[in-house]
Amino acid sequence: MDLRFIADAEPTASERAALDDVLGPPGSSWEGGARLTGADGNTAAGGHTARAQRHLLLPALWALQERIGWISPGGLNEICRRLTIPPADAYGVASFYALLALEPRPPRVVHVCEDVACRCHGSQELIAQLEERFGPEGELSDDGSATWYRSPCLGQCDRAPAALVSVAGNEPLDRAQAPVTAAAVLDLLAGGEPGPSPAAPVPQAGDPSLRLLRRVGVADPASIDDYRAHGGYAALRRAFELGPEGVLREVKDSKLVGRGGAAFPTGVKWEAVARQPARPHYLVCNADESEPGTFKDRELMEGDPFAVIEAMTIAAYATGCELGYLYLRGEYPEAQHALEHARAEARSRGFLGENVMGEGFSFDVEIRRGAGAYICGEETAIFESIEGKRGEPRNKPPFPVEVGLFGKPTVVNNVETLVNVLDVVLGSGPAFAAVGTEGSTGSKLLCLSGHVARPGTYEVRFGATLRDLLDLAGGVPGGRHLQAVLMGGAAGGFLGPDDLDVALTFEGARAAGTTLGSGVVLVLDDTVDLPRLLQRIAAFFRDESCGQCVPCRVGTVRQEEALARLVAGEPLGGLETELALIAEVGQCMRDASICGLGQTASSAVESAILRLDVFPAGRS
Amino acid sequence: MFGAGGGTSSYREMEETDVILLWGSNARETHPIIFHHLLKGVRNGARLYAIDPRRTTSARWADRWLGLDVGSDVALSNAMAREIIHAGLVNRPFVDRATEGFGEYAASVEPFTLAEGERLTGVPAEVIGETAHAFARADRAMICWTLGITEHANAVDNVLALINLALLTGHVGRYGSGLNPLRGQNNVQGGGDMGAIPNKLPGFQDIERDEEARARFEAAYGAPVPPHYGWHLTQMFHAMERGELKTVYVIGENPAQSEADVNRTRRLLAELDLLVVQDIVMTRTAEMADVVLPSTASWCEAEGTVTNSERRVQRVRKALDPPGDARDDMWILCELARRLGHDWGHPTAEEAWDELRSLSPMHAGMGYDRLDALRGLRWPCPDEDHPGAVFLHERLWADPVEGPRAPFSVVEAKPPFEALDADYPIRLTTGRRLESYNTGAQSNRYRSPLHRGEALELSPEDVERLEVSEGEVVRVSSRRGSVEAPVRVDDSLRAGLAFMSFHFPDDVDTNQLTIDATDPKSGTAEFKAAAIRVDRLEPAEREAGESVREPAEARG
Repeated sequence: MDLRFIADAEPTASERAALDDVLGPPGSSWEGGARLTGADGNTAAGGHTARAQRHLLLPALWALQERIGWISPGGLNEICRRLTIPPADAYGVASFYALLALEPRPPRVVHVCEDVACRCHGSQELIAQLEERFGPEGELSDDGSATWYRSPCLGQCDRAPAALVSVAGNEPLDRAQAPVTAAAVLDLLAGGEPGPSPAAPVPQAGDPSLRLLRRVGVADPASIDDYRAHGGYAALRRAFELGPEGVLREVKDSKLVGRGGAAFPTGVKWEAVARQPARPHYLVCNADESEPGTFKDRELMEGDPFAVIEAMTIAAYATGCELGYLYLRGEYPEAQHALEHARAEARSRGFLGENVMGEGFSFDVEIRRGAGAYICGEETAIFESIEGKRGEPRNKPPFPVEVGLFGKPTVVNNVETLVNVLDVVLGSGPAFAAVGTEGSTGSKLLCLSGHVARPGTYEVRFGATLRDLLDLAGGVPGGRHLQAVLMGGAAGGFLGPDDLDVALTFEGARAAGTTLGSGVVLVLDDTVDLPRLLQRIAAFFRDESCGQCVPCRVGTVRQEEALARLVAGEPLGGLETELALIAEVGQCMRDASICGLGQTASSAVESAILRLDVFPAGRS
Repeated sequence: MFGAGGGTSSYREMEETDVILLWGSNARETHPIIFHHLLKGVRNGARLYAIDPRRTTSARWADRWLGLDVGSDVALSNAMAREIIHAGLVNRPFVDRATEGFGEYAASVEPFTLAEGERLTGVPAEVIGETAHAFARADRAMICWTLGITEHANAVDNVLALINLALLTGHVGRYGSGLNPLRGQNNVQGGGDMGAIPNKLPGFQDIERDEEARARFEAAYGAPVPPHYGWHLTQMFHAMERGELKTVYVIGENPAQSEADVNRTRRLLAELDLLVVQDIVMTRTAEMADVVLPSTASWCEAEGTVTNSERRVQRVRKALDPPGDARDDMWILCELARRLGHDWGHPTAEEAWDELRSLSPMHAGMGYDRLDALRGLRWPCPDEDHPGAVFLHERLWADPVEGPRAPFSVVEAKPPFEALDADYPIRLTTGRRLESYNTGAQSNRYRSPLHRGEALELSPEDVERLEVSEGEVVRVSSRRGSVEAPVRVDDSLRAGLAFMSFHFPDDVDTNQLTIDATDPKSGTAEFKAAAIRVDRLEPAEREAGESVREPAEARG
């Protein structure tokens, strides 16, 4: 490709070193090496091989972000030279992701969550104090070394309020901090040492009835031997006994459906990929858990990382994949460390790589770190992101099972879905299906946060009611009354105090006009200003819309504007007109957006209006 | 090749082939439409090998760039051939059945080991080997070339060397495999097809050897056709030099700026008894003419046909009346004939085309009605039921082969005519750039932000060695002339290699530097290889600075 580089922008030595670490040294002077050494004056490689490196764009951008704190024009030029990408194209990718900076940014950045769950625990007050004592977001510290930004949900809702501190440098540091106080954030901004990563206790730890969470908080997540002592890798051994067809049969018999929100039958998806003649097949583990209020996958990955790797290996074996990508949301540094360690351990013990467990099956996992884009959890946007492009969802059909990652048949599953497979294989499909209900088999992880006595990740068998779950978590604390429960996150819907007997199953939630979605159960007591919470949800979607479909790009803005007017008590043309506008915009987004983001961007807002009557007539 | 002069493949085949050798062509800039077809092929998985001294914008798309030294094309081809033979990758059934002269050819390339290839071309031995293997092992492979092959004093040998590679591997006469010279204008191919070459009648019928064809033309014209070849352009200038050629009628050409060694060209044109120029713009040549005949833009002011690089004849329709006194080319020719005593009348374009169809068998089936209905037809198209040929030379795959066998040619690897020495140590190669067109007679008449003016492109190494800087006006000299041009640093050039175009001859008369060493068979001069030196201007000259913008005449 003939590339036009940004004029007068050369990388620094430090930027080159950062890129060499992730891409290896340049192959020739044409790829950024020293000018015309060896035979470079008379030959150059490139073409298909060079363009096939495109998937390294996001890791390369991360390398600069982590080392330098931002991506300079010189650094971007160098990436483009190394990977044969037009700088305008790479800029388009870099600017897509919120965690990547294209303007100078200090090495030390604190992201402070301002999303729904943290609001229940004082994040607004914390932010107000930061603004007062430090300055508005983006303002530099006196020595220019630090700043802070507001952030959407950081996935630490059980320990709200949360922050994520990033320190760029030769040994970059990313660490979640939760719960935090304004004083703690100010200390971080002043150069203070971040505290240890928050521990990951699950409230039910040790409960013998747990299946998905049974090792979390019990087995040492850093030890493959402890994992094996707690039943690890028995499922993979059993899978090899069953053979790929046997695994497919058990997974189909289990009636396991996807836990990412769409509830598609996993066995059907796997079989479709396994039967595709095109090769290679790819596996993608969707660990881009970004739905506000969701943190269960993080708990699994931090607390039982080997289970995720083992489950991916079984999925790959059944569907004929030799390479799996684990796409992890960028705000989960602890999960990344746990998984990278687990992958290395599994490799060194022969559970990954060539000839897994001596069974003649080869499989490896690449971990890809997202960079702050909610949309990348969409099952086709995740492909685009892995391929090194803007995370814009694709049109369907063709579906991923036919044309997925790199245009090849791809099975894409959420972390929780995959971990369920361990139980399916260890027992049997029918045994798994015997738990739960006809339409919802097995158990479900639910993320309890907000105004609840014991927040955290809970595992309940399908069939329990919302009331059972709230009782398990100790109910609303402080003698307050329950106002509402947000089910399924920003893309979900609200239930009121009268809806507590809804069964926590896919069909039960659907019948109640809501969704289990990704398992968010955000409890709101009567102190919560619901209209303002809706405004925050609307702002979230406006920010996260990829902008590809006009109805979503424009509709999310119109929705937020209407809510702002309602909250300010200044409806345009009267309350009824505004509510009709919100409903119409929502319908338009549902009808005409190609992906789930646009299709659900109004669900929480509309459910609050319809079910909770948050804007009662006469109020404004 | 093998008779008719045209690319063997259709554009569609470029999109569906497996390996493309793009040899001596910066098609990305100079044939952008064809390059789109090539890029479709690349997107469909074809591997692209770019063979060019410069790492051009085309080469940057390639899976492998072979940056051979200027003029070492035959050596590279021979080294590839030897590797193909020694690796057992020769298509034996094809070679045995459809070709002749393999034994002699194989013996001739025997000295060209990969190491010798590296020594002669500068391209690493393993890269030559890799390219040879990729080409020979491909199910489909084609070679596309342009002036990097033909603007050399050994142009014909260069082309024959490429043909040898195709014969060796059977990459000709089959779908997706072929030999394709890319044509620089929309109707270069059509000009040759219509007999605007000194040795062929329309339809590539040989003037000397094809008596039957000559008789057919004589019967139709009612006049004898001289049974001998005419002069090609270079021979015409030699004839002018000898005083044998005193009257020249130039149609749509600007030799006063486009020929190599233009100082000599202009002198010869000035010494003519009569120079007539027929053109759509007032070219430098027209300025020298005794008579100027303003004619029409063939793509919008005239009816007719054009033929593109895939041999597809297409209709052109008149959309505008020409301005002023401009007249249709055919009207001018017929009127000239009438005034010289031959009344041809004023036939329509279709009537002239139908006369051609009656005389050129390869065009016989291409009536205007079919050209309209089928959006053009590829020759040969011998009758009205014929769909036109997708690709040429399928006959070579008949068993036994139909017609004569295709001959291998023994070609000698000769260095460029002008060797580098201490006085002229830099190799200048010339070419075209995306935004401009030849002498700029057409493309310099409008403003474009892409026009950056002429410059001497030098490697960073030479810029440093010469102690010059970007934008500095320097004197560029060859044994034939000297021009002043600003320096432009191009980091895709290696030390000792320089590049210029001749798009702005009024500012920088690049062809004062080039050499008219000419291939005796094709008549093409060696625009691609001159020896130059670069000197800094004296401070006083530098202050005069803008001298580069002076008209060329002022510098003599």
